[in-house]
Amino acid sequence: MVFLNQFFFGYFPYIAMTIFLLGSAMRYDRDQYTWKSDSSQLLRKKGMLVGSNLFHIGIILLFFGHFVGLLTPEWVYHPFMSAGTKQIMAMIAGGIFGTMCLIGILILLNRRLFDKRISKTSKFSDTFVLLYLFLQLLLGLITIPYSAQHLDGSSMIALANWAQHIVTFRTGAADFIIAEAWVFKLHLVLGMSLFIIFPFTRLVHIWSVPLQYITRKNYQIVRRRG
Amino acid sequence: MKIRAQIGMVLNLDKCIGCHTCSVTCKNVWTSRQGVEYAWFNNVETKPGIGYPVDWENQDKWNGGWVSKNGKLQPKVGGKFRLLAKIFANPDLPEIDDYYEPFTFNYAHLQNAPEMSTPPVARPHSMITGEVMEKPEWGPNWEEILGGEFKKRSKDYNFKEIEKQIYGEFENTFMMYLPRLCEHCLNPTCVAACPSGAIYKREEDGIVLIDQDKCRGWRMCVSACPYKKIYYNWQSGKSEKCTFCYPRIESGEPTVCSETCVGRIRNLGVILYDADRIEEMANMSDEKDLYEAQLEIFLDPHDEAIQKQAKKDGVPDSWMEAAKNSPVYKMAIDWKVAFPLHPEYRTLPMVWYVPPLSPIQNAIEKGVIDHRGPIPNVEDLRIPVRYLANMLTAGNDEPIIFALKRMIAMRNFMRGKKVDNAALTEVLDEVGLTEDMVDDMYKTMALAAYEDRFVIPTNHKEYSGDTPFDNEIAFDNKSSCGFTFGNGCSEGATTATLFGGNTHKNTMSGKTP
Repeated sequence: MVFLNQFFFGYFPYIAMTIFLLGSAMRYDRDQYTWKSDSSQLLRKKGMLVGSNLFHIGIILLFFGHFVGLLTPEWVYHPFMSAGTKQIMAMIAGGIFGTMCLIGILILLNRRLFDKRISKTSKFSDTFVLLYLFLQLLLGLITIPYSAQHLDGSSMIALANWAQHIVTFRTGAADFIIAEAWVFKLHLVLGMSLFIIFPFTRLVHIWSVPLQYITRKNYQIVRRRG
Repeated sequence: MKIRAQIGMVLNLDKCIGCHTCSVTCKNVWTSRQGVEYAWFNNVETKPGIGYPVDWENQDKWNGGWVSKNGKLQPKVGGKFRLLAKIFANPDLPEIDDYYEPFTFNYAHLQNAPEMSTPPVARPHSMITGEVMEKPEWGPNWEEILGGEFKKRSKDYNFKEIEKQIYGEFENTFMMYLPRLCEHCLNPTCVAACPSGAIYKREEDGIVLIDQDKCRGWRMCVSACPYKKIYYNWQSGKSEKCTFCYPRIESGEPTVCSETCVGRIRNLGVILYDADRIEEMANMSDEKDLYEAQLEIFLDPHDEAIQKQAKKDGVPDSWMEAAKNSPVYKMAIDWKVAFPLHPEYRTLPMVWYVPPLSPIQNAIEKGVIDHRGPIPNVEDLRIPVRYLANMLTAGNDEPIIFALKRMIAMRNFMRGKKVDNAALTEVLDEVGLTEDMVDDMYKTMALAAYEDRFVIPTNHKEYSGDTPFDNEIAFDNKSSCGFTFGNGCSEGATTATLFGGNTHKNTMSGKTP
């Protein structure tokens, strides 16, 4: 058990990050023609406006919520709020964004699985990644009642410590996790595995958020033949 | 001033017979692949009609092209932030049914069916789902020769401000063909709207292309193009468009659609233009000025100052020579008989059209033979001038009337010359033509020999970098990969991939998926 804990929360994060980064780099370099958002809107518009928007906005907010929540050191927020306050904020924000995302993902799943045009043109990875995110989202939402059992922020601090130890390459990260509830652990493992499947699915389009479009000086692009 | 050269096209609609050879040859070469079965880089529509995809000309519906907002030019789909806000679900994107659901027939059933009391029937099967389709409901030429009811066809955007009911009557009906392809605009909205920066205009010949590796499938270009000539490949997840057959153009050959045109309606030639004035000219406050504004950007290749500046800006000498003999320049600028398609979209399109003459209306009333013989006056033509003007000059009648008059004058004069052996110079004076001009018009537009229609200089690769004589690039290029998708050019490429392949095989084979 101790070994499994050490493996999943001590070593696994680094395995996942390596596959995530190397896999993405290799795909970008070797097979950029497959690098795309893979939209299916052309084949069926219905459900996209509500479903896709709710899903994407929800999941982006959740991502940044996790990012900030896990990686902000305690001394940064301590002068403004207690750990308990931060936990309640996280639960409320996560609950709202999670629900948004859940509604979106249900609409998209319905489309993906039961609309013939979409299901027949879905690769295994398209359906898989959507179901995977659905499961992960449910786990994330289930953590809310678990968190509610202890509102002192201790559990949140443990998780944040783990994440901060991992990203700063410090030893002993796994020890923070060992006493946590199963649902947190499962959510973490699925979360890290998501980085492993990332380079092999349509998720790579996240790398290509077209932010440079906003700073592009000219509307027009003229190139010489290479 | 910054002079650039572009290969432009003029289609002489007066000679289009609507045979679709251009569409078919184009399809065979470029879009006979999975994911783009529904896409026609070139298609021919019968007008009046709402076209393919449905109602494509109506930008209140599709939001293509540009708008001039508070004196600034901006894509109609929205400024940069508004456009990115549409990235998760694009409300301006057509659905495949707006084009048509691609289908094939289960031909094998005709041979394999068991004995039945009725003959077997090959039914349409969707190429996407493989299932039987009750009936195909739209297509790239659904309104062929005025197919369908007038009520539906008359939603045609070009009927704007026209009392159209009378054209639904049998005696007053009219039609024309409109072959359409990518306009390779000077001010393309697709390029402007591409968040990835994958679409670009080539500096040396003006061809607009999509970098298939850089395209991420955000599909904003599909909405932004007012001509709906960018197609989303639902298998590859990338957008595709007419390439102006650039591998052929580079070696001095006409595009496939032009080469195979049996009516000899297509002309290709070099146009010089001032790249610095594009934005200013596309931003005219009055739509009706846009046609004249675009003419103003074009430069005269016979002007020595222009020649000098062009050389400085890197236009090769062979291109300068070609520009002097360009049939496109002659028709658009010298003779003013060719016009841009929908200049009001503000994209400054570079595929222009000679408006068609049409049979005279009320032949008996007018008396078929008047003092000029059997050739009609503009007012007697069946196709209303305003209809053509809505299509080609943003509703400005005069240039269209002028062009039609010139074409009629040419016919009158040449008929006089060849049939009656009389020099009718007075018909030329009326429209400001000289005998030499008419001879050239006749040669280029009526006889239209291959070498007069296509004046295409070869591409000078050395202008884009090192020459084969400077270094080893000739050896590098020898036997290298020419044209492929994805990883096809790499050595030892296998079809197996970790990154996900196609779900559909090529369905253009006639087998149902």
